[in-house]
Amino acid sequence: MNNQAEFVKDLVTEHGTNRESLLPILQAVVEKDRFLSENAILKIAEETNIPAADVYGTASFYSFLDIVPRGKYVIRVCKTITCAMKGKNQILLALEDFLKIKLGDTTPDKLFTILETNCLGWCHKAPAMLVNDDVYTELTPNMVVDILSAYKAEADKE
Amino acid sequence: MTTKTKQLNRIDLIFKNENDCKEILQKSFDRSHEEIINEMVNSGLKGRGGAGFPTGLKWKLTAEETEKKKYVICNADEGEPGTFKDREILTRVPHKVLAGMAMCAKIIGAKEGYIYLRGEYKFLVPQLRDELKKFHKIMDELNLDFVVDIFLGSGAYICGEESALFESMEGKRGEPRNKPPYPTQCGYLNKPTVINNVETLAHSYTIMKYGAKKFRELGVKDSWGSKVFSVSGDTPIPGIYELELGMSVQDFVDDFGDGDTKAVQVGGASGFLVPRKRFAKSHIGYQGKLTGVSLPTGGSMMIFNSSRSMYNVLNNYLDFFEEESCGQCTPCRVGCQQLLKGIKAVKRGEKPAAYLDKLLKLTDTMRLTAKCGLGQSVANSFSSIVENFREEMIY
Amino acid sequence: MINLSINGIAVSVEEGKTILEAAEKLHIHIPTLCYHKDLCVAGNCRVCVVEQAGVDRLVASCATPVNEGMEINTNSLKVRNCRKHIIELLLAEHNEECTKCYRNGHCELQTIAADLQITNQDFIDLVPDQFYSIDSLSPSIEKDDSKCIRCQRCVRTCADIQSVGAIAVAHKGAEMKISTFYNHPLNEVVCTNCGQCIVHCPTGALVEKSYVEQVWDAISDPEKHVVVQTAPAVRIGLGEELGFEAGTSVTNKMVSALRRLGFDSVLDTDFTADLTIMEEGTELLTRLKGALVDDNPDVALPMATSCSPGWVKYIEHKYPKYLPNLSTCKSPQQMFGALAKTYYAKNIDVDPANIVSVSIMPCTAKKYEANRPEMKDSGYKDVDLVLTTRELAVMIKQAGIEFDQLNEENYDSIMGIGSGAGLIFGATGGVMEAALRTAYEIVTGREVPFENLEIKPVRGLDGVKEANILIENVLPEWSFLEGVELKCAITNGLENAHQLMESIDNGDRFYHFIEIMACPGGCLGGGGQPFPVDDEIRRKRMEAIYAEDLSLPVRKSHENPEITQIYQEFLEEPLSHKSHKLLHTSYVKRQPY
Repeated sequence: MNNQAEFVKDLVTEHGTNRESLLPILQAVVEKDRFLSENAILKIAEETNIPAADVYGTASFYSFLDIVPRGKYVIRVCKTITCAMKGKNQILLALEDFLKIKLGDTTPDKLFTILETNCLGWCHKAPAMLVNDDVYTELTPNMVVDILSAYKAEADKE
Repeated sequence: MTTKTKQLNRIDLIFKNENDCKEILQKSFDRSHEEIINEMVNSGLKGRGGAGFPTGLKWKLTAEETEKKKYVICNADEGEPGTFKDREILTRVPHKVLAGMAMCAKIIGAKEGYIYLRGEYKFLVPQLRDELKKFHKIMDELNLDFVVDIFLGSGAYICGEESALFESMEGKRGEPRNKPPYPTQCGYLNKPTVINNVETLAHSYTIMKYGAKKFRELGVKDSWGSKVFSVSGDTPIPGIYELELGMSVQDFVDDFGDGDTKAVQVGGASGFLVPRKRFAKSHIGYQGKLTGVSLPTGGSMMIFNSSRSMYNVLNNYLDFFEEESCGQCTPCRVGCQQLLKGIKAVKRGEKPAAYLDKLLKLTDTMRLTAKCGLGQSVANSFSSIVENFREEMIY
Repeated sequence: MINLSINGIAVSVEEGKTILEAAEKLHIHIPTLCYHKDLCVAGNCRVCVVEQAGVDRLVASCATPVNEGMEINTNSLKVRNCRKHIIELLLAEHNEECTKCYRNGHCELQTIAADLQITNQDFIDLVPDQFYSIDSLSPSIEKDDSKCIRCQRCVRTCADIQSVGAIAVAHKGAEMKISTFYNHPLNEVVCTNCGQCIVHCPTGALVEKSYVEQVWDAISDPEKHVVVQTAPAVRIGLGEELGFEAGTSVTNKMVSALRRLGFDSVLDTDFTADLTIMEEGTELLTRLKGALVDDNPDVALPMATSCSPGWVKYIEHKYPKYLPNLSTCKSPQQMFGALAKTYYAKNIDVDPANIVSVSIMPCTAKKYEANRPEMKDSGYKDVDLVLTTRELAVMIKQAGIEFDQLNEENYDSIMGIGSGAGLIFGATGGVMEAALRTAYEIVTGREVPFENLEIKPVRGLDGVKEANILIENVLPEWSFLEGVELKCAITNGLENAHQLMESIDNGDRFYHFIEIMACPGGCLGGGGQPFPVDDEIRRKRMEAIYAEDLSLPVRKSHENPEITQIYQEFLEEPLSHKSHKLLHTSYVKRQPY
């Protein structure tokens, strides 16, 4: 956890301790750890002088600031109307089938988490999903397998 | 008064390949602030995020504030279901948006600007940063002390509401504020702030370049100019289209429908559903003096054909609102849950069909009492769907 | 002035006032839930919506400033329908077990629902689908999310008035809730147990942990000798729960009620408040000598009072490096507890093992304080059970006592006499005033130079009060204090304490002695006092305390005959070995979240 503390400290040095810096700091921690641990929030609270409950409450407001552990690759499948109309459920099934986990869960190797999300803004190319920050559109179940296989290969290389 | 409606007219202004921002800004900077504000006011440009507040007036009010520190914020928290035009604008013509911000900054006296970019569009950040580098160089050359930074959202639809957006930028939960005071007096960090939608800022570049008169050659009374539409759903040609305002839904469906269009959702989940029988009478534009129904929109046009269950559509919207409500005010937090659970209960036969009427009254209360536009506008889609497709809700 | 009309009646109010305030001026009642006079405006419950002529949507009267020419209707059909809907919605997500609820009869939601005659509940009950949790692990406070209406009054209280931030709003949409850090129980987080969240909660979502049944059990046990002590502020608050106007002191009726309830000894915390002055005053003089004469760098100044357990826990969490500055004196409650099972037990010849020591406090943090592991210096748990003023009122009602018909009775003795100085502990500035009344006289041989002993600069509801007392013509043994200007500061409410500590910490201010009370107004505004509370009520309670002080025969702690007696018979002298063992304590550093 010392690394964590150092990392947070550096972030606070970079962004400053004023409240406006809170979201960028939280985002940076999530980008690195894929979620906000209790220790991370405590450290942020300590460094920014914002009550820990407040930091927690703020983080929990934002869908992308996860407060429970997530996999290295967080998959967010758009569930809003057009994607729902254009086969979101088949995409979800393909993901679940390939990763052998259910929606909301993380693979045992901590590599993938499957989540749903609200409108990603790709309705004309539905269905769409995010893998971390990368967008994939006009998905088919076959494409999903290819995409995830590529991520798996990338992870294996590391 | 004569009623003027337009045939569908595709426009190529916003995405036109133009690389003269510096020159246009230079020319504008040579004019007086009054002239520019008048140009903006005369153009009749209204906010393209969907709320439709007159842009020129917004700039004017903020310019009149005596506070030294002011901000210009570009609202790129495009979260309305069915809307994706801001992403396209920021991808293809970000320099026009930035030029609009610079113009506004010059007039109101702001030295700092922000683009609040939704977290879902994070992939745009590198290219926007490159664009900002070029932009800041132009600012230096034009001798305007104005710096723009990107503030990234983190997945919260409600942050598109301007006061919630300020709260979010201030590092807090994105909970809308009480109004008044309005952003023109008390916005980001409680300073006077102009907050404009991405498209609005791009249009203001167009107005600077071509003049208000030219802008008003397009559109109809109270809804001048063109608008970028996000077209999706049951259409053979989904995508981004710039169209002249004032068209009827019928004209739109004729061009974009798949021949079997049952209804069109105008303005996203918070907008209105127009059923086939109202296509001809409904026009796309801001609330004005048009006969028939005038439908404001942030540009989302979702087309449903006869294979779609309107119950499923409404269920999907309500699911969205129940999650994306900030949760602070009673009518929205509890109301959304009641609507969602309510239509399910009616569908399952656990509540009588007449319960839909109770829910319609509830949406009326939500419209009248919710703290912000989210809670107020849930009524739009709910009542337009339930009233027009009541049978689909029950059977 | 702005002119407007409400329900057709013209009214003029200052610019910046809200519609709600204008209506109040006309004695037109608009129901509210998230609004509280102590707090910043939230405008989130929407119960107070009214109709404004020319505006389609309704406006929240608590959050909307008045405008010239505004025409408001607070009771139109539209308003009534919407208001009813909103209450119905709140009830749908609220655990409507009113008859089983601790706040039954004192609940603001219940009152509005009754006023609107919400008799049918058509909306779907959301309670079964919510993952509501109940946190009852704290010895002071219970938090039941199923009763919460998300008005955020507690959050604003904890953050803005108390600067604690133990609770915050978490999640959004249907899942939005009031939560601690990662939903940990209150006893594991920064909570000071001050109970201000309870006083500001409109429903039963936040209540004190009740020990009424345990007290009844003790009273009913013939083996037990039940001793009760009553804190200074209880006597000026209790009446509000029992039909009296705010600001009515009911000291002697309360004493007779306690006897009727079956307490074996009815004693007064004012006595140990006086004792605190003797101990703490001597401690202060000792510290001053250490600093001024011996130049001892280890002497921590300013010395801070330690009577308020909310403040003690706050400093333990937030300013641990200042723990040496806290007076080592226990609070009057805990001094009393330690003496009840030693000095008093011996005096009445009862085995301390059979004594049950009960205290009635205006405070919820006292419940926590009594449970601190170090509070066992008598060889037993010094204070067994702590009740709030509100809980005492419950017992009185349960016992069928017609309170207003009671005779006026006096406390038992010994440990039943308190001076006016002990009594004013119940108001912010009271400890300071009491200490000055005694310390000044000890040092100079003369009464403190204020008319009627009323040290006005330390009184009142201001956030930070300062008093500089020049000490002149001292007695020979105190020559080191000659010409010293004693610098004092007094705050109430932990946000003010936070400000004071910051100004001390960054060197802006220097003081010798600071009095800090966790609650606004001091103990009279404590977390265990009756609902509702605002500054007007606090002021009335404060006036009652000072009026009673003026009426008492003894108004200086060192002149309390029972104080003289206890030093002669038992303690020997302030800061004696025995005092140290029984009356002083130590503190612990706690985590800052």
